[in-house]
Amino acid sequence: MAVAASIAVEERSVQARMVSPSRLGDKAFEWLTLAMALAVVVLIILIGWQLWIGSSVAIKKFGFHFLVTSTWDPVAEQFGALPFIYGTLVSSLIALLIAVPLSIATAAYLTELAPLWIRQPLVSLIEMLAAIPSVILGLWGIFVMIPWLRDYPFPWLKRVFGWTPFFNGPIYGPSMLAGGIIIAVMILPIITSVSREILRSVPDLQREAAYGLGATRWEATRIAVLSYAKKGLFGAVILGLGRALGETMAVTMVIGNTPQIAASLFKPGYTLASVLANEFTEATSDMYLQALFEIGLVLFGITILVNLLAQLLLRTIAVKSATRAVQ
Amino acid sequence: MKCPKLAHRILATVLLAGVTATASAQMMINGAGATFPYPIYSKWFDEYAKVDPSVRFNYQSIGSGGGQKQILAQTVDFGASDGPMTDDNLTKAPGKILHIPTVAGAVVLTYNLPGNPPLKLDADTIAGIFLGQIKKWNDPKLAALNSGATLPDQEIVVVHRSDGSGTTFIFTDYLSKVSSEWKEKVGNNTSVNWPAGIGGKGNEGVSGQVKQTPGAIGYVELIYATQNKMPYAEVKNSAGQFVKPTIESVTAAIATANIPDDFRFSMTDAPGKDAYPISGATWLLVYEQQKDATKGKKLVEFLKWAMKDGEKMAKDLDYASLPESVQQRVLKRIDEIKM
Repeated sequence: MAVAASIAVEERSVQARMVSPSRLGDKAFEWLTLAMALAVVVLIILIGWQLWIGSSVAIKKFGFHFLVTSTWDPVAEQFGALPFIYGTLVSSLIALLIAVPLSIATAAYLTELAPLWIRQPLVSLIEMLAAIPSVILGLWGIFVMIPWLRDYPFPWLKRVFGWTPFFNGPIYGPSMLAGGIIIAVMILPIITSVSREILRSVPDLQREAAYGLGATRWEATRIAVLSYAKKGLFGAVILGLGRALGETMAVTMVIGNTPQIAASLFKPGYTLASVLANEFTEATSDMYLQALFEIGLVLFGITILVNLLAQLLLRTIAVKSATRAVQ
Repeated sequence: MKCPKLAHRILATVLLAGVTATASAQMMINGAGATFPYPIYSKWFDEYAKVDPSVRFNYQSIGSGGGQKQILAQTVDFGASDGPMTDDNLTKAPGKILHIPTVAGAVVLTYNLPGNPPLKLDADTIAGIFLGQIKKWNDPKLAALNSGATLPDQEIVVVHRSDGSGTTFIFTDYLSKVSSEWKEKVGNNTSVNWPAGIGGKGNEGVSGQVKQTPGAIGYVELIYATQNKMPYAEVKNSAGQFVKPTIESVTAAIATANIPDDFRFSMTDAPGKDAYPISGATWLLVYEQQKDATKGKKLVEFLKWAMKDGEKMAKDLDYASLPESVQQRVLKRIDEIKM
């Protein structure tokens, strides 16, 4: 009894000793993480502020016209960002159209269908794709991808879809479409990896239930896995989109860098990030620099806007699927 | 007990190295700016370290715009720029800024045609092509200049620099001088609103795109065309001669260019018979009144060395050196730097 009692006492004292310092640790940990999280917010605000300060004169001078006019003339100091905004959005859209089906299919194959021995090598290969520096991809784009696109897929697209405004006109090689394709290559790994993690986290119960109901493999994957993981997959796509909007070097090397708005995807285009990378270092006049800062501000704004829209969309999807579940 | 001994030895070596480093602490002279002359400047700094081991140079090739900004903000001891500073920017400076021309380079027109025949161009046709008015290689204007060659019935694909650059500054400076239409519609800057063509990033982007695109024409620095074994055109100068871009024909252009006392000169369309018309110099930017006397003295010594001995290294790196007469004028100006 005495032994038992002493053990109990000891246990209690151990507990007492453990509780109080760990509470303090918890608090410290809480504060630390809060500080880190706030630091991110502060950083974003500071970046926005700095861009605003750097472009305030241009904002005053050009006002709303900056966003809706298309002349970019550093000699006459006339600046309009519309072609760059258009180019950024269109090239990112093309990239998503190509990369999303590819990435999600790849992720589905890797988690649902691929034999084990193939998974690891394939996963490493995809991750390796993410490690290729973008300037290397750009050079590859100029010397390998563009000549190939110009000789084979582009003429084919023109033959088949030439009647639409999107695929007609002369084919040079460097073009909006080439820019979109190179971005697709760059965002593929991130969308694939995140999607794969999400599909892996789908509980096996889901699949078993589907199979139990007599579903085929395709049905099980579609209904039990992809549909279940919809929200997460959407998040993966948004991550990819964020990358696509800001992608700079590789795009600059293949998009043709011509500030114009043309329906044909064979025509060269220009993006916000590209014009910054191209012109910032050699801009000497004040108004020119101000305009470039404003380009940065617009890109910053678009990125935030797109993310907000995505959040909103995500919420509607979540609400919809919740109501469907209730029904 | 072998390991600790080894660790001690390593520690001792590291400490010793640290001590020696501080003992021979050198004066560091910082500069920033143009990318075009970076290869020769780094060669100069390397060679100069043998002449005067007590100074070291740290040069960041961040671009001419950056070079001008940094010297105005006095964050560097010297700036570097491929274009002279504008009056507007000079008035912002806290003191008088001197322009020290160092070397010059040519901008050449490179092209991609079947069989790459030799090509002759003049001011009219170059402006016409880059304005998007001459659209085909067999245009009568081009045919008239190149009677020997057969130019194909092929569309001309214009390739220009997409990034702001001194190369573009030189090229558009030339076009603004020789074509009133260009001057009015486009003008002259490190980056302009191009009326035609596609943009490639950097010399390598333009030369890459010209190489890859049949019927393309673009402008690059001479060295990129020679290194990539690309053909380049002879250009008719203001004396009516067709001149091949070479280091010699660029030096000839500086010799006949009108160089004012502040050295803010443009050497495009120079009047000499042997002058290649599309070329430009690059400058170092220093304050006439140096803040730090010892540093200023070292900087002046270096500048003098660069004018006397450094100029001789230009040719090996494919830059055109300044003609003797200009070197003398520059040396006199360097003497005016006050500590």
